[in-house]
Amino acid sequence: MPTEAAPPERPRSPGELFVAFTLLALQGFGGVLAVAQRVLCEQRRWLTREQFVEILAIGQILPGPNVCNVALMVGDRFFGWRGAFAALAGMMTAPVAIVIALTALYAQFAALPAVAGALKGMGAVAAGMIVGSALKLVPALRGNALRLPASLAFGAAAFVLVALVRAPLVWVLLGLGALACATAAWRLRAADKR
Amino acid sequence: MNAAFAPMLSAGELAALFGHFLLLSLLAIGGAITVAPEMHRVLVDRMALLTDAQFNASIAIAQAAPGPNVLFVAVMGYQAGGLVAALVALTAIMLPSTTLALAASRWGHARREWRPVQAFKAGMAPIVIALLMATGWILAAATPGWRHLVLTVAAALLVWRTRIHLLWLIAAGAVAGALGWV
Repeated sequence: MPTEAAPPERPRSPGELFVAFTLLALQGFGGVLAVAQRVLCEQRRWLTREQFVEILAIGQILPGPNVCNVALMVGDRFFGWRGAFAALAGMMTAPVAIVIALTALYAQFAALPAVAGALKGMGAVAAGMIVGSALKLVPALRGNALRLPASLAFGAAAFVLVALVRAPLVWVLLGLGALACATAAWRLRAADKR
Repeated sequence: MNAAFAPMLSAGELAALFGHFLLLSLLAIGGAITVAPEMHRVLVDRMALLTDAQFNASIAIAQAAPGPNVLFVAVMGYQAGGLVAALVALTAIMLPSTTLALAASRWGHARREWRPVQAFKAGMAPIVIALLMATGWILAAATPGWRHLVLTVAAALLVWRTRIHLLWLIAAGAVAGALGWV
């Protein structure tokens, strides 16, 4: 399968980034990553799946909210620090205003069973959306230097450690992450020799 | 609780909040929620700015609202000391991590042909995807019972296999929940 080298589209201005990330953030109930993948890779086509996974990898290993790191890096790649600021401001401004307003209203409505039920339903859907967007990213592993069997093995191990064993993320990233990177480095060097 | 009349904090308390969240920002690998236990220790146990119920409600409100989950930090600040404290807390939790992310991203992009950078990208890719799946799993498992899992699995399949608009899915979840089916 050919890996798409460059994404087909790019934003025209930091203003377009601001608008795109505002709209994206406003659709992100219970987490924005699923929406970010959909909008950036499929609708706006500013990033290939491979680029999205790369940027997410940096966002995951660094401290701070992943989606905010992703917004920052995407904006920076197109328009430098102005783009980074525009994307992050888009991600935060409207949602901050909404969440503060909701907090002011919350006390009056929290006791209603319909409200509590709706929140529970939205949470269940949000969890599924994250799993669905992860499944969509799996094809990005095909061109990976690790090759598919090793990729799937590292992915499965990371899932078991984090989701089932509930191992601290830092140790999974430092331990398993380092092992995966070392394996990739070894495979890349072997490919050079041939 | 009426947040609109929340007590305003002194300059000293705001400074302590700011300093503390600056530090937590750099510890928050995997997102701000990973340092929530530490925030609880400081805001509820030590400074007594929030009650337990306010602390938990902060996370629930931010989850239900659109936007990044890190906004729970703004909600905590708001409940502790109004708008000023909300902005202080949010700025402090964002500033160090965003600066670091920008620097790291530029450093990596400038050296993208460099072997260790390529090995990092290739090695981390499967782990990043697995972490996304694990996040969905942990969120779904946090709710007791099984009926909500029907919604979770349906949403995962629809997102994976179709181009249905994500807001329809969220709306369907909200309706099913409000009717008491979940």
